[in-house]
Amino acid sequence: MSTEDTLTIAGRQLRSRLLLGTGGFPSLELLAEAIAVSGTELVTVALRRVDPAARGSLIDVLADAGVQLLPNTAGCFTARDAVITARMAREAFATDWIKLEVIGDEDTLLPDAPELLRAAEELLDEGFVVLPYTTDDPVLARRLADLGCAAVMPLGSPIGSGMGIRNPYNIALIREAVDVPVVLDAGVGTASDAALAMELGCDAVMAASAIARAQDPVSMARAMRAAVEAGRLAQRAGRIPRRLYATASTPEEGLPDFS
Amino acid sequence: MRARTLLGGARVIMLNGQTSDLSAGATIRAALAQLGLDAEARGVAVAVDGEVVSRSKWDTYTLPEDARIEVLTAMQGG
Repeated sequence: MSTEDTLTIAGRQLRSRLLLGTGGFPSLELLAEAIAVSGTELVTVALRRVDPAARGSLIDVLADAGVQLLPNTAGCFTARDAVITARMAREAFATDWIKLEVIGDEDTLLPDAPELLRAAEELLDEGFVVLPYTTDDPVLARRLADLGCAAVMPLGSPIGSGMGIRNPYNIALIREAVDVPVVLDAGVGTASDAALAMELGCDAVMAASAIARAQDPVSMARAMRAAVEAGRLAQRAGRIPRRLYATASTPEEGLPDFS
Repeated sequence: MRARTLLGGARVIMLNGQTSDLSAGATIRAALAQLGLDAEARGVAVAVDGEVVSRSKWDTYTLPEDARIEVLTAMQGG
């Protein structure tokens, strides 16, 4: 992909349109290798209690990889918890960026829209760069963008489900509804899902489980990178319209007559 | 853990969800040491009773009775 085609989020230019989640990798070594081959520059991390028995430092691995951290508020079910978690992330990682997740249901991990809006408003007031994980609802996405969120991150399908993009029309509508970058988040199962997201007009794709829990995470990271690039190129190239009947690709002029 | 902190309704400082033997007046730094964190404690944040205590105050902030301390760091996550 040409170096001119950069993605800008909150004034920061990114050459890669693939965001990587660090959850689920079987080892830090595999995570480091996947980051390297994916080309990603923005990587999510969660905040959890310090485990004195933990081996290896995720922070060190990510620092060595030279990626920007995007801390998340995964596991928060209220605006209050998400706001406190974001403040702690800012303190721990010296970044104002936060991937805002406020979950409303334990089984589907779907976002809780009112709590999400409340948390986004509070964090924006406090100067955070907020990237909210949201449903594929164009109206909610527009509300979040209107508040001042730096991007919106609609789900394709539930987190970790690998079900791909269940409502591609809504994703396309979200792209039309907001002026900030749209990052397809959650539900990506394999490379074609990422390519479809980009073809629908998304500015980037976030993949976590799809890579981390693949049988060969490093190969899948490579596949996702190629898919995001291919989807982006195809979207910019302008696809042909869908038609019910065939349109001959070979001219009929000059056909011989064998009668 | 010293038993006396749990007797007679005495107040206990909780550290990451566990009872600790920290006493009121101890510093954040003392709490971090109990978790085996070195002086730098890179990528760590501390909250007491839901309020973040910034790194610059770790040596001076003194813990109140029955403080609930959360010490968080980066974990792999989507």
